[in-house]
Amino acid sequence: MENRESKPLLEVENLKVHFPVKEGVFSRAKRYCKAVDDVSFSIMPGETLGLVGESGCGKSTLGKAICRLLKPTSGRVRFDGQNIELMGKSELRPLRRDMQIIFQDPAESLNSRHTIGEILEEPFVIQKIGNAIERRQKVKGLLDKVGLPQSSTEKYPFEFSGGQRQRIGIARAISLEPKLIICDEPVSALDVSVQSQILNLLMDLQEEMNISYLFIAHDLSVVRVISDRVGVMYLGKFVELADGEELFRNPVHEYTKALISAIPDPRPGISKKRTVLRGDVPSPIDPPPGCYFARRSPIEVSEEIASTPGEYKEIGEGHWVEVHPATVDNYKELSAL
Amino acid sequence: MRDSAGILSVRDLVAAFDTDSGQVTAVDGVSFDLQAGKTLGIVGESGCGKSVTAMSIMRLLPQPAGKILGGRVFYGDEDLASVSDERMHEIRGAEISMIFQEPMTALNPVQRIGKQLSESLLIHEGLSKKDAWDRSIELLQMVGIPSPEVRVSEYPHQLSGGMRQRVVIAIALACNPKIVIADEPTTALDVTVQAQILDLLKSLQDSLGMSVIMITHDLGVIAETCDDVVVMYAGRVAERGPINAIFNQPQHLYTKGLMSSIPRIDSPRKEKLNTIEGSVPSLMNMPVGARFAPRSWHPSIQEYLQSDEFATVRPDLVNIGEDHWVEDCPYVRTF
Repeated sequence: MENRESKPLLEVENLKVHFPVKEGVFSRAKRYCKAVDDVSFSIMPGETLGLVGESGCGKSTLGKAICRLLKPTSGRVRFDGQNIELMGKSELRPLRRDMQIIFQDPAESLNSRHTIGEILEEPFVIQKIGNAIERRQKVKGLLDKVGLPQSSTEKYPFEFSGGQRQRIGIARAISLEPKLIICDEPVSALDVSVQSQILNLLMDLQEEMNISYLFIAHDLSVVRVISDRVGVMYLGKFVELADGEELFRNPVHEYTKALISAIPDPRPGISKKRTVLRGDVPSPIDPPPGCYFARRSPIEVSEEIASTPGEYKEIGEGHWVEVHPATVDNYKELSAL
Repeated sequence: MRDSAGILSVRDLVAAFDTDSGQVTAVDGVSFDLQAGKTLGIVGESGCGKSVTAMSIMRLLPQPAGKILGGRVFYGDEDLASVSDERMHEIRGAEISMIFQEPMTALNPVQRIGKQLSESLLIHEGLSKKDAWDRSIELLQMVGIPSPEVRVSEYPHQLSGGMRQRVVIAIALACNPKIVIADEPTTALDVTVQAQILDLLKSLQDSLGMSVIMITHDLGVIAETCDDVVVMYAGRVAERGPINAIFNQPQHLYTKGLMSSIPRIDSPRKEKLNTIEGSVPSLMNMPVGARFAPRSWHPSIQEYLQSDEFATVRPDLVNIGEDHWVEDCPYVRTF
């Protein structure tokens, strides 16, 4: 966050996405899967917010709710000065220019029956930009930008490797010069040597076009490289949010510590002290009362304490943590703040 | 003829698949040794032939498309590439067993955990059904599954991903095998669960004394678990050697490129990562010479790419240090 004066591009407040779980003869929803449960954060123009968490923590659902591929249950999403959480399809259309998404599996997100030229031209057609010749010019420019040969326009997605397909996905996402791109695990399906090419491309484009990223990934080392700030999600909630350097150097929440210590270190012979968690992630359907993490934390607490919720608060400048006896090792100090 | 004292020695293994557009050689002359009680890592990117190598050792290549075209797999006095199917049947699961990547596909969804664990005990150890069931409970306990006497009668879908992988490990270890081949055992798992499973494998190896072949694309997993490493590229071995030599003095440009392109937890933020330009050549169209050459950044690489040598001569591996071998082609080695 270099520019403290400017206004956030995206502000998310108390966002919830709950899915009804249908059971029984009359399919009445008795229980809810709380995929995203009361999440608040903001993203500045040109900033990358990394979002990490394990499968099922709600990070992809959060991404989809923000760009309104899903309708949030409650809460606010303010994008570029407008509240978009309740907008209908037609109201959203002009906004879609400014907000794009890149998916994990580029093969599945590209129409296999369309040529790359057609795929990349489509956003211009939908947004009624330029005539056929101008559009073709724009497509060529896009291919240049993402490092694909001009001859690609006549080819079909299956003719490309995974890394190249992700480049096509990125070209499509940047075609309308968006202000925000939600990157949902954009490199996790790629081999390491290709992964670094794509990460570099995303960083280059950000510099050039001042795009903001919400970068969702489960790989912490990837998130660390690309992000300005990093948020950690656990069971639908943010448990820690801080400047990237700060988060990796001084993780406060026990879950963040466990995640960081679990990354296998690519240097042989370095023995790390590992924070080992007990058991598995509980189900987001009717999660246990109180602090969701308390029953897995290495800091053991009584069931009574575990059943009381933690408090998500700012413990240092821009450093937010879920403070609970089971989640931080200096609870007394932090709870007094 | 064996030339090494390893528990398993693979020599010049060649495995191919028949496809609609002709035969594709997925593994092209791979050699390495697994030392008793040690862990050997095979690392490489998708399509490099690491899984096919494992499948060839186990003689589990998909039939009829896949076949072993050449080479030997020495295990004791036997060559697994040529022993009878009956003998292989005795070895598989009892002496050499395998842990697969996807615990959901490796387990039968309609059989109870206990039944799947009992299977190899009934076949290889000749236990009674009752004894096999009791032993299954012990095995579940050994791999750290809570309340094993309850879990043993459950179905795979009732377990979490990490628990399922523990069951797959228990099945692999049921008959006290001498060698366990783990093919991406933690790739489908979350990091915290991956850490649990790697710790489990390590402690089981220490207590049971088995040798492990760890196949993965994750250099972090290799660094944490292995004693020796084989780096594969496009069906061949680019470099192999003891873990410290490979990580600290990589000699092949591919190994070097791979090491420097992974983002590390301590790498500076928003700084460009190193990359290896280009992509892996297509299996249908592999060069004879050094396969990494088209991506090499050696200053005189163009000369080599245009030479007859590149078109006709396949580089061997050359020994450059204590059991450290690298592809013998100056254009793909550190300069």
